[in-house]
Amino acid sequence: MDISVKEIEHIANLSRITLAVDEKNIFAKQLTNILDYIEKLNELDTDDVQPMAYATSLKNVFREDELKSSFSRQEILELSPSSANGFFKVPKVIE
Amino acid sequence: MLSHELSANQIKEKIVKREITAQEVVEDLFEWINLMEPLIKAYLYLDKDGALLKAKEIDKKLSNGDKVGLLAGIPVAFKDNICTAGMKTTCGSKILENFIPPYDAFVVKRIKEEDAIIIGKTNLDEFAMGSSNENSAFHITRNPWNTDCIPGGSGGGAAAAVTADMAFMALGSDTGGSVRQPSAFCGNVGCKPTYGRVSRYGLVAFASSLDQIGSVTKDVSDAALLLQVVSGHDGFDSTSATVGVPDYISDIDSVDGNLRIGVPKEFFGEGLNPEVGSAVMDALEIYKRNGAELVDLSLPHCGYAVATYYIIATAEASSNLARYDGVRYGHRSQLSEDNIIDMYSRVRAEGFGSEVKRRILFGNYVLSAGFYEAYYLKASKVRNLIKNDFEDAFKKVDCIISPTCPTPAFRIGEKITDPLQMYLSDIYTIPANLVGIPGISVPCGFTNTGLPIGMQILGKHFDEEKILKVAKLFENETDFHLKKPELN
Repeated sequence: MDISVKEIEHIANLSRITLAVDEKNIFAKQLTNILDYIEKLNELDTDDVQPMAYATSLKNVFREDELKSSFSRQEILELSPSSANGFFKVPKVIE
Repeated sequence: MLSHELSANQIKEKIVKREITAQEVVEDLFEWINLMEPLIKAYLYLDKDGALLKAKEIDKKLSNGDKVGLLAGIPVAFKDNICTAGMKTTCGSKILENFIPPYDAFVVKRIKEEDAIIIGKTNLDEFAMGSSNENSAFHITRNPWNTDCIPGGSGGGAAAAVTADMAFMALGSDTGGSVRQPSAFCGNVGCKPTYGRVSRYGLVAFASSLDQIGSVTKDVSDAALLLQVVSGHDGFDSTSATVGVPDYISDIDSVDGNLRIGVPKEFFGEGLNPEVGSAVMDALEIYKRNGAELVDLSLPHCGYAVATYYIIATAEASSNLARYDGVRYGHRSQLSEDNIIDMYSRVRAEGFGSEVKRRILFGNYVLSAGFYEAYYLKASKVRNLIKNDFEDAFKKVDCIISPTCPTPAFRIGEKITDPLQMYLSDIYTIPANLVGIPGISVPCGFTNTGLPIGMQILGKHFDEEKILKVAKLFENETDFHLKKPELN
């Protein structure tokens, strides 16, 4: 199955990545190749097989809900490329 | 012998016996790094001042007669996707180029507690995505055995550093072979423990159901030592195992007399370089001479492992890497920001390299509406079939031996334009990640052009003890691990 440039544009939008025109063309071709390879899984009948998400048998892991110390607001905001008045700064999201 | 040429266990013994000071070890090491680094380019960051400070602290402890830790004075490097408080952690990516984590990963905390000395951060394929180190946003690390060749990936920097005696030991991450494959290509010992054996707290996530921290060392005893220190439960990683940690060190030389080794035919078939195949067959003969029984096996679904892996790993990566949005940390675009979606999309376009973009796109494709069942769900089911293959095999054998990689190290540029060919270099290492079992790569020979060959030993869940012993038995009978590249 081919992945078209239009589909690349759709998943690039889902992925929040702006792509240049030549990137779209290259990725369409490369992802088509990878998809062709992956089609080999269809040789296997998996109707009666359970899916496996994790390699361990762990189920929900709970802990006590205890108050513990964490990083200060200042320490975390120092990592941000843009902050002001104790908040992360981003373009306006509400009109 | 110069001090940087010794193993971690050897240097520790000398330091603890006061035959050499930790400060002298660090000074000698950095002198050697200054000579070698322009040739190998294993590091993204070096911290000589911090290392000297810690060395003096350990020397002082020793002269005071205080108790010192299990890794006393050993200089250790970390792959640059493991968080080190106050020290840059870039993941080999522009998007984290200036990121300085405010906390230590669990494994960093543990080795500090045991008095190791952190010397720096090693190069990797961006976000650990790659098999050659060519996907690093900063530079390409070179294979010390042949600087025209790649050191492997994604942990090529760590493997090259240990091989070139620029670090005594290193910790990396192994999602599809990123510790074992570069260790095979560079001729050192690479161990990926069982999923959950070592806490992933502070390891920057790539594919969370596959990621595992592992060791790169000069020999098997060093691997046992490092694994002893970093194994165990950690409340900050809810997938970390509560299974008790056995003593990996004391009995490493005692293997059961009636060892049964599985030899899976799928790992010796088409695509295997003949020199690699014959080196591993010779190694199996050594086990046979030492009383092991070789059992021919089939793992019929392993041929589907790479396809399964690239669906699961990219799907998980596309979710994990959604956090790089330019808001809380990392790169922010200098272009004007009209709205937040454009801002995210520009940050990610500028910050991520091609391979990372390719995997995020592919991961979102296989998870997107209409495709989930055909790809992600299908792969999750095949993953179970692969797990069943191994469960059946381990009813008959104690461990499984195969080549670590189908070929020796390839040349820089050879596979970079064909992602699928690059992915296939991990064909023998990927199954262990899908199934969650431990694996270790040990040097088992050289090609006639002088490139190292690695042999992989796979064990049952939480049976690191066994594979370390099996690896040590081979090391006791051979001297491949002692060979060093000629560097000048």
